[in-house]
Amino acid sequence: MRKTVQNLKVIENLQLNDDHHLLQLEVPDQLETIFPGQFANLLVNHSPGVFLRRPFSIYSVDYIKNTISVFIKEIGEGTRALGQTPVNSYINSMFPLGNSFTIPNEPEKILLVGGGSGVASLMNLAQELNKNLNDVYILIGARSSADLVELEHFSQYGTVYTTTEDGTQGEKGYVTNHSILRDQFGQFKRIYSCGPEPMMRAVAAKAKSQSVFCEVSLENTMACGFGVCLCCVTETIEGHKCVCTDGPVFNINQLKWQI
Amino acid sequence: MADLSTTIHKLELKNPVLTASGTFGYGLEYDDFLDVSLLGGIVVKGTTIHPRQGNAYPRMAETASGMLNSVGLQNRGARYFATDIYPKLTKYNTNVLVNVSGSTIEEYIACAEIINELDHIAGIELNISCPNVKEGGMSFGTSCGSIENVVSAVRKVYQKTMIVKLTPNVTDIGELARAAEYSGADSLSLINTLLGMAINAETRKPVLATITGGLSGPAIKPIALRMVWEVAKAVNVPLVGMGGIMNATDAIEFFLAGASAIQVGTANYIDPTITLKIIDGIDSYLNYHKFNKLSDIIGCLQL
Ligand SMILES: Cc1cc2nc3c(=O)[nH]c(=O)nc-3n(C[C@H](O)[C@H](O)[C@H](O)COP(=O)(O)OP(=O)(O)OC[C@H]3O[C@@H](n4cnc5c(N)ncnc54)[C@H](O)[C@@H]3O)c2cc1C
Ligand SMILES: Cc1cc2nc3c(=O)[nH]c(=O)nc-3n(C[C@H](O)[C@H](O)[C@H](O)COP(=O)(O)O)c2cc1C
Ligand code: FES
Repeated sequence: MRKTVQNLKVIENLQLNDDHHLLQLEVPDQLETIFPGQFANLLVNHSPGVFLRRPFSIYSVDYIKNTISVFIKEIGEGTRALGQTPVNSYINSMFPLGNSFTIPNEPEKILLVGGGSGVASLMNLAQELNKNLNDVYILIGARSSADLVELEHFSQYGTVYTTTEDGTQGEKGYVTNHSILRDQFGQFKRIYSCGPEPMMRAVAAKAKSQSVFCEVSLENTMACGFGVCLCCVTETIEGHKCVCTDGPVFNINQLKWQI
Repeated sequence: MADLSTTIHKLELKNPVLTASGTFGYGLEYDDFLDVSLLGGIVVKGTTIHPRQGNAYPRMAETASGMLNSVGLQNRGARYFATDIYPKLTKYNTNVLVNVSGSTIEEYIACAEIINELDHIAGIELNISCPNVKEGGMSFGTSCGSIENVVSAVRKVYQKTMIVKLTPNVTDIGELARAAEYSGADSLSLINTLLGMAINAETRKPVLATITGGLSGPAIKPIALRMVWEVAKAVNVPLVGMGGIMNATDAIEFFLAGASAIQVGTANYIDPTITLKIIDGIDSYLNYHKFNKLSDIIGCLQL
């Protein structure tokens, strides 16, 4: 689908917990295929401290209702304002942006590892992988059980495992210490990950050490979102690449991570 | 419909709205959003003779009504531009200008010589004002002597329209503008970004990897207007004004201060179609105030 800028009507704003919202946005023009991993750059209204757009993964797409959803974790003025957007108001959105996760040609056993707002880019992916009959496992980490949201939604597309730092749900500790990563890692043909960079690096290190295919989705700060400002670069084996156009998804072998 | 045409030396612009270097890529990135040929012209990314990787990430910090960047002229070099990008730009039915930069006078000359061979490039904008490179860049633009050296050297090898882009990080911009005019500039554009800095109080670290960076956006508009007005009094060549232009009213203010054309920069990131809205808005303003043509308001600040 071509990149567009459209005013999207908020038709649902689900408050998932204290600081997470799921917004369903109605697209006036007919949606074409949006690939898992692609994102939207949203304009924040009525927030004097916010100048630039804010990027969010496209969480899910409903081609029948012609809607896209975004999952918003409130961390600052922009995300707070967007999270509080009332139903029936409009959000000016630039989308779809960026590349996408590579989907295997044949069904495989696949692990998704997400943390924080990074789980947002994995929902559309889990759905797509499930549709193509892959055997999907989803590992999600959070600080506490209250931060674990949308697990039921994820469980429609695969087997869900969780960790919490305080042990209130799932295994206690960081995602990267979960037993599935420790004991069963070798069974997975592919790993996809999105979340805090230290988490993705740990997952990437594990994948690299066992030569497992691994893609990560980066969240570098952005000014434009469509490849013109060159502010969002990451170092790759081919030099600086823009996370907004060459990414946000990168194969770990492309990145210059010291892992 | 008022007559929006304007001229910058030999350049005939169908309207006075250009895009600022570093904010419009090569135009191609905007093809999904608008018909680039409707613009008065575009100034493509800062180009140097040798490929440059630019500075380390993070390169951007959002600030009150603006942003700091420290991209550092990342580009694949003038030869790559000529062979791989230029052929794609000939489809545009508008003025395409290349922003030329370098670390030494020889590099500026070599880059301008390559661009001089490209028929469809209407002119160059000589960037002696980039605050984000260690060598060259802005340091060429902060003293009359170095401005004379680089501008007159490039003048010898470049025949088409040469706009010289001034830095605001100086005490007396009028004096530097005169040096550029005297050395052969056909036009002056201003302003480039203002040197600034952002600090994260939580981590107690600078936000940008380079510590300092260039400030752009509406935060700098009052300074840009003041400088355009000062330079308009100091020189006779036409001026291209920029700095924080977000809408047609901002653009009109620059024309009143003395600019013959304007460039839109950071605003393109927020609304990639903003340039077309600005063109329409300028037309509405002229009609509403019963001016037949844009030239009726250039430099017409009522004092
Ligand atoms: C491609 C991409 C996809 C994203 N997808 C989602 C998503 O689906 N859901 C979601 O909730 N968030 C997502 N994010 C992150 C989201 O864009 C930021 O949280 C948001 O821009 C913060 O805006 P703010 O005004 O609330 O915070 P600000 O007030 O701008 O910042 C608050 C604090 O967070 C830091 N910060 C802000 N943005 C980032 C960043 N990108 N990386 C590191 N630190 C940052 C700032 O330095 C500051 O300290 C994504 C980011 C990218 C680049
Ligand atoms: C990310 C970014 C990159 C830029 N790169 C260049 C450049 O390569 N050459 C140049 O002359 N100016 C460059 N500029 C400066 C702009 O062309 C313009 O002078 C400045 O941003 C002020 O205008 P604005 O406030 O409308 O953005 C850059 C600005 C930004 C924000
Ligand atoms: S955010 Fe501007 S190039 Fe990626």
